[in-house]
Amino acid sequence: MKKSDTNIFFDAWVMFKRCLIISLRNPEALLMAAITPFCLMLLFGTVFGGITDIGDFDYIDFIVPGIILQSIGQASQHSAMNVTTDMTKGIIDRFRCMSISKSAVLIGHTGAGVMRGVISTAIIILTALILGFRPQAGFVDWLLVIALLLLINITVTLIAVLCGMISKSVEGSSGLLFPLFILPLISSGFAPVDTMPSGIRWFAAIQPMTPIIDSLRALTLDLPFGNSLWLALAWCVVLSIVSFTVSVRTYNRKIS
Amino acid sequence: MSEKIIEVSELQKSYKENHVLKGVSFTIRKGSIFALLGSNGAGKTTVVKILSTLLKSDGGSAAINGFDVTTNGGNVRKCISLTGQFVAVDEVLTGRENLNLIGQLKHLPNIKNTVNKWLAFSGLEDVANRKVSTYSGGMRRRLDIAMSLMGNPDVLFLDEPTTGLDPQNRIAMWDLVKELVKKGTTVFLTTQYLEEAEYLADNIAILHDGKIIAEGTPKYLKEIMPERGVRLNFDSEIKADIAIKLLTENGISADSIEQNLPSLEDVFLTLIDEKKESNQHEKI
Repeated sequence: MKKSDTNIFFDAWVMFKRCLIISLRNPEALLMAAITPFCLMLLFGTVFGGITDIGDFDYIDFIVPGIILQSIGQASQHSAMNVTTDMTKGIIDRFRCMSISKSAVLIGHTGAGVMRGVISTAIIILTALILGFRPQAGFVDWLLVIALLLLINITVTLIAVLCGMISKSVEGSSGLLFPLFILPLISSGFAPVDTMPSGIRWFAAIQPMTPIIDSLRALTLDLPFGNSLWLALAWCVVLSIVSFTVSVRTYNRKIS
Repeated sequence: MSEKIIEVSELQKSYKENHVLKGVSFTIRKGSIFALLGSNGAGKTTVVKILSTLLKSDGGSAAINGFDVTTNGGNVRKCISLTGQFVAVDEVLTGRENLNLIGQLKHLPNIKNTVNKWLAFSGLEDVANRKVSTYSGGMRRRLDIAMSLMGNPDVLFLDEPTTGLDPQNRIAMWDLVKELVKKGTTVFLTTQYLEEAEYLADNIAILHDGKIIAEGTPKYLKEIMPERGVRLNFDSEIKADIAIKLLTENGISADSIEQNLPSLEDVFLTLIDEKKESNQHEKI
């Protein structure tokens, strides 16, 4: 009758299924997750896309990575809100005094968040292709793009889970994610960094969004990417590890 | 006679400057009902949280089934279940999904049947596939309890389980607790209702100002209080009148005489029962 050893994979899988059901039961959130990236892409691709082309690129080819990052940020709000909802309700005490692995709840939320993020990303790319995005990537480049996008999704979701973890209210949790919506705008996402005023240029050059966006752009448009890919990977890995560690610690310490 | 399942010794806990527990000790026998009594804010929930590994104590020790709650929390969690003051169910999921979730996390065999059994147990079969957010307070509480009972824990913590329940559901909860103990579960109950402790508990401890100020069976606790006179009850006014006459004739006067009015709770339950019966007659 009594369970055997704690099985982190099984527990996390059960939690993941629970989080997926919760996402599916929230039609507004689903709709927002699907429509927001579509609208963003449409807006930038058509309305602003007509204003200018940048260098040798069509504007639409240039901005796809920036929009992808922005909509991953948008989609991650739900992870933050779901985590805070869990943490502020009685159900978390039930989980915490059951014999399940400590990180299962967090991994479940992260998994569901990554699923939502991947769907938004796919919607962006499809919309972009319809609007005239013409990537030059070869097969290996595409594999790298997909792997990098997955890693970005995991990183952003882990950051969102952390925000949900430390926030005291559901509204506050999505507020904490505000930087994720703003940072792509102050990066190489929508305009080349060297066109910016010096202070902003300095910030844009050192913040993580720039190497991530540069790498995606270099891979999709077959450009040289210098060290941006390594920088992007390093940022993602470091941010992921830090977010996850702090989340798990907060989860273990949190007293409701 | 019977072995001890919970042993608590000199438990201490402070929140900043506020010393909530100043050395709490008690032991609980296996298969008994233990009630921790105390007013609001006395620290009852703090004791429950420490015992259920949700909170670390500042000093003293506590063990369940011989496992220390601080150093061996994993083993403690395997043999306990907690039903807190606030219902711990997932509102977005259905009743069935909630039970299924807990069943999977407890790695129970034959989950489908087990879930059906607990749905029947909590009288939620008809609403099993509806979202919990549509449930009434009593239905949520019953689901909550069923989730706690899945997997037959050795020790069940009930932290003010009847707060906010109507009289009917409260009595149903009492019956359930009695039923569980028959099966060998040990029940740790906190309550601020004295009659609840009196009706249910084998042993009562009164927590006040961070310490246990009295502990024992309900009968013992009553005996240590000074005599409070004798109360006579008669089933009719005529008999009472005769008795009073006899008493006065013999020079004994009563301090007070009052008519036994039914309590509102009796009225409520009687009315509901009558209604139920007449409904059943109509159906036939």
